[in-house]
Amino acid sequence: MLEIKNLSARIDDKEILRGIDLVVPQGEIHAIMGPNGAGKSTLSYVLSGRDGYEVTGGTATLNGVDLLAMAPEERAAAGVFLAFQYPVELPGVGNANFIRTALNAILRARGEPELDAVAFLKRARAEIKRLAMPEDMLKRNVNVGFSGGEKKRNEVLQMALLRPRIAILDETDSGLDIDALKIVADGVNALRGPDFSALVITHYQRLLDHIVPDYVHVLANGRIVRSGGPELAHELEAHGYAGLEAA
Amino acid sequence: MSDLLANLPGRHLEAWHYTDLKALKSFAFAAPAPAAIDSALLPDLAMNRIVFVNGFLDEALSVLPAWARLSSHEATKSDLPLAILNAQHRQAGIAIDIPDDVDAGAILLISISQAGAPIALFPRHRISLGRNAKLTLIDIAQGEGVYWHNPVSEISLADAAQLSHYRLQDEAEAAFHTATIFADIAASAAYESFSLVLGGQLSRAEFHARLGGAGADIHLNAAQLLAGTQHADFTSVVSHDAPHCASRQTVKSVLAGHSRGVFQGRIEVARAAQKTDGYQMNQALLLSPHAEIDSKPELEIFADDVKCSHGATIGALDPEQIFYLRSRGIPEPEARAMLIRAFIDEALAPVTHDQARALLERAIEGAWSKLVS
Ligand SMILES: Nc1ncnc2c1ncn2[C@@H]1O[C@H](COP(=O)(O)OP(=O)(O)O)[C@@H](O)[C@H]1O
Ligand SMILES: [Mg+2]
Repeated sequence: MLEIKNLSARIDDKEILRGIDLVVPQGEIHAIMGPNGAGKSTLSYVLSGRDGYEVTGGTATLNGVDLLAMAPEERAAAGVFLAFQYPVELPGVGNANFIRTALNAILRARGEPELDAVAFLKRARAEIKRLAMPEDMLKRNVNVGFSGGEKKRNEVLQMALLRPRIAILDETDSGLDIDALKIVADGVNALRGPDFSALVITHYQRLLDHIVPDYVHVLANGRIVRSGGPELAHELEAHGYAGLEAA
Repeated sequence: MSDLLANLPGRHLEAWHYTDLKALKSFAFAAPAPAAIDSALLPDLAMNRIVFVNGFLDEALSVLPAWARLSSHEATKSDLPLAILNAQHRQAGIAIDIPDDVDAGAILLISISQAGAPIALFPRHRISLGRNAKLTLIDIAQGEGVYWHNPVSEISLADAAQLSHYRLQDEAEAAFHTATIFADIAASAAYESFSLVLGGQLSRAEFHARLGGAGADIHLNAAQLLAGTQHADFTSVVSHDAPHCASRQTVKSVLAGHSRGVFQGRIEVARAAQKTDGYQMNQALLLSPHAEIDSKPELEIFADDVKCSHGATIGALDPEQIFYLRSRGIPEPEARAMLIRAFIDEALAPVTHDQARALLERAIEGAWSKLVS
């Protein structure tokens, strides 16, 4: 269970998160919607431990463990995964090597046996197939020369192989055509189960037709201003965020 | 060897502007004496090998094929100060002569210095490949203590010969290493070299390569991984004297602590060398605000139909990339190591010989602790 209580954070002197309260029980998928600049990416970065954010108040725990005290790699080992809104290119780093190194680092941190190259490739190839990604995506350098859609699918590939407890997907749907969107949604849905939860950040209700969330929250101006069922996404699609920002 | 230090090149010489040898003057270098080493010091490579210990051939540890022998050959004349010193104090070296059309496989040349008190070593090696001959030379320098290793290698490749020369400079922390490599490359021959620079307090690898026949090809790649107060200099002069030759140089420096890297690369294209394809790329990754790179590329072109390019970049590790790796569970030191390895990848890419590759990869892994701690 991800539990965020009264979380506030700033960048330099700018208050971005202003007291976020949010609980995602294990096994549930919650959506966060909200206008540009609301603080959605900031929340995802604060939860995954990126430098440059000062937490000025509140807590965030995963199954009772304080996330905010941990280094990013420790959070990953604890089960946090962030699918980046803008995935980073790593020239000179092979994709398979990257993902296997990550998986083995997590397994090592958990005291579990590591995976050899053969066993890893077998798993990775199966996932690649399921995500309808070209086979050579494992051989290429991480995200280098990938199209926007390929980068997003590569995030989902990493998620599928790293098997997080809580996945934060930051606008993974942006830049995807409808076929790619379905593939990404299938990738998330395949992980659904009692040990997996997700925070799906999106601008559009479109993605939520394919990943049906248990709850939808609206983030505006650094706060959760409304929460509701999946129907809230449709309402927002119809009426926009205009009425909410003032709240 | 008291006169040794009187004729050192000084910084007033343009070629020595960035590298100051005066630290050598703090030591009274003696001539080396033979020493015995533990064979465990040798890398585990199943191939012919030439083992020099303190400049003396260790016959028990060496496995010499018919085409390699100990030799005290005459030094070819040179006006380079360190080559002159080498000629004056010359010690025996290896002479390799591969006959025409012979693929000689791979050989290890390892020079181990064991200095109780400071010693100076001046080996002179000669490597000749006949027409269409082939050789992979894995050339390692390592040791213990304070010493000055000033080897000269004279390489000549006849038409269509191919030499892959993989150099691992892994000298002792307190050592000085100044290597001069002359390479004369005939028509359609290829000299492919990669240098991995890890050790020594002060080092320089200086290449003088002449592409003397049409279609000759040269790769002079290097990676220098430095920390502390290490200083390493990569200097090259590539002379295109014939048409349709290609030269490629990719030199990467990774500089931590107060270390300093130097790159001086000159490409000379003679009037006759039409259709020259010359490429030179020098990149530095600074891991500390106290590290420094000096880069001096030079092009001197007398032909009119040539393609020559050079570039230099200086950068630091990208925090976005580090965070991306860490967010996937990779601890910070490992993340940094991965990005450094990625940075030097392009220089290492032409090393296709499996055993050489594995040896170099292991040596690079051994350098992480000094770079990412
Ligand atoms: N590195 C930064 N420095 C200063 N301001 C920033 C930085 N990153 C984001 N912001 C600001 O924080 C606010 C929230 O941004 P962000 O979390 O990216 O919003 P969202 O993802 O909801 O569009 C915006 O006003 C944005 O301009
Ligand atoms: Mg955003």
